Amino acid sequence: MAVITDDLALSPGRRFSLSVAIRRNPTIAFGGVLLALLIVMAIFAPLIATHDPFKLSPVNRLRPPSERWWFGTDQFGRDIFSRTIYGARVSLVVGLSVAIVSSVLGLALGLACGYFRRIDGIVMRIMDGLMAIPSILLAIALITLARPGLGIVIVAIIVPEVPRVVRVVRAVVLSIRGQPYIESAIAGGTKNMKLLLRHVLPNTLAPLIVQSTYVCASAMLIEAGLSFLGAGVPLEVPSWGNIISQGKTFFQIAPWTILIPGAFLAVTVLAVNLLGDGLRDRLDPRLARRL
Amino acid sequence: MTAYIVRRLFATLPVMAVVALFVFFLLRLAPGDPAAIIAGEDATSEAIAAVRAKLGLDRPLVEQFVVWLWALLQGDMGVSIFSNLPVTRLMAQRVEPTVALTLSTLFVAVSLAVPIGVVAAWKARKLVDRLVMGFAVLGFAMPVFVLAYVLIYFFAVQWQLLPVQGYQPLSAGLWPFAESLILPSVALGITYMALIARITRASMLEVLQQDYIRTANAKGLATDRVLLLHALKNAAVPIVTVIGIGIALLISGVVITETVFNIPGLGRLTVDAVLKRDYPIVQGLILVFAAAKVVVNLIIDISYAFLDPRIRY
Repeated sequence: MAVITDDLALSPGRRFSLSVAIRRNPTIAFGGVLLALLIVMAIFAPLIATHDPFKLSPVNRLRPPSERWWFGTDQFGRDIFSRTIYGARVSLVVGLSVAIVSSVLGLALGLACGYFRRIDGIVMRIMDGLMAIPSILLAIALITLARPGLGIVIVAIIVPEVPRVVRVVRAVVLSIRGQPYIESAIAGGTKNMKLLLRHVLPNTLAPLIVQSTYVCASAMLIEAGLSFLGAGVPLEVPSWGNIISQGKTFFQIAPWTILIPGAFLAVTVLAVNLLGDGLRDRLDPRLARRL
Repeated sequence: MTAYIVRRLFATLPVMAVVALFVFFLLRLAPGDPAAIIAGEDATSEAIAAVRAKLGLDRPLVEQFVVWLWALLQGDMGVSIFSNLPVTRLMAQRVEPTVALTLSTLFVAVSLAVPIGVVAAWKARKLVDRLVMGFAVLGFAMPVFVLAYVLIYFFAVQWQLLPVQGYQPLSAGLWPFAESLILPSVALGITYMALIARITRASMLEVLQQDYIRTANAKGLATDRVLLLHALKNAAVPIVTVIGIGIALLISGVVITETVFNIPGLGRLTVDAVLKRDYPIVQGLILVFAAAKVVVNLIIDISYAFLDPRIRY
């Protein structure tokens, strides 16, 4: 096996080439580049921003986009361009942290449910119950009972996302647990833990990675939705949802306060979704054919 | 069939039980002092104690649970902390706009998305198909409230064709009622449409490869007959499934759409309640929305047997 893979890796046609990779997976490349640009923008926000995103300037309120204020200003005279750039930080932090934590939790629970049949019934009933609650309502309920902050928003979005990951992982485990190589590993006396990590876990990774990109996109939409409703990150934090929410009142005379951060949000979610679609086609051909 | 429906009905009980336990224990086991958080930042200790007594949090957990469950089973979801009105009455006042919005969105989305998906599958890999798939990808990324403001900006502010915001009940007349629902339904329905169109296309593509479709074409049946009677009917199960799954999407979206368009429905009630931290209302809404979702899933499951006679339970 090792010989064959080495051989393939060394054959001239298989050498890694950027142009070939892009041609083969245009969606991954496009989504990935877009996302990378947004991440760079978020990291270097202080350098890119043209104004202080928090600075109030009542004289300059509701100015339309111009050379001085690229994306205009809001009703307090704050620069929308700088606030939008900083807003990328909130969306990306929420999206990535929710994706990572719910993947890890979902993986652990999904492996356990698929493999140890005794706990499956009870855990899956709980997951079904959680999934019956629309995610934004579940998040709202958690937020009602906590002090506002970025942390609680992340936790509140993780709770409804975990069951979705558990389902995917569990389905994979159930489909492979009857395979001859698993049975032979059991017959050979392999310990549960080793069997799970060495033989079961690797099979779940491809669908897990694909699912986690969708979780990331969904988390960013929920965060923006919560902030828009006034139940998200604290009002003074420049998140896209907050900027849009604060632009509501003056929307008819200053539509840029909503349309520009809205466009950034849509493009970011689009980038993550494209990355997910591309990875799905690449890693999980069975699922790709179904859609 | 009846046995299956009864069995399926009983299967919804554990799900609703988990939802009920979740909302009960969430309040009781939340870290920190929920009574203090509900009472607000500057609340005096008497105010906090009053909230605690009102929610029954000062009594033993088992007693709380029995009282709460007994009341819930009789349809009593408690009393709002702020208005002192029963939660069920507050919700009943708000049901009509939400049901109207959900049904009209369902209607708009299904009646547009299914034909779009059918055409895309029929013209697979042609320009129409690519446009539809492109629309589907964009639809998934479009946040409800952003699209809502774009629609308001063009259709209500610039062209003044439709009202900017607000809701007219059915009793105000059919046209004002329908007019107030057009923009909200399109905004709310776009992701849902993308989902349905995509699944319709995929499901149709699979069916169109079957032998009986080739036979139908070969014996000279009109294309529309083949597409609708032979193909769509057999592609229906996944489409109906995704229409059901999408109801959950709609319910989440209702909360946001009602806020944008100022529609006094259950979604607005949710937002007002969460901003005032009125937990009994939030709890009641979760139970109602979860129950709605469970019932929709039930209907979908039962509909399979009618859609596909091969499915027998």
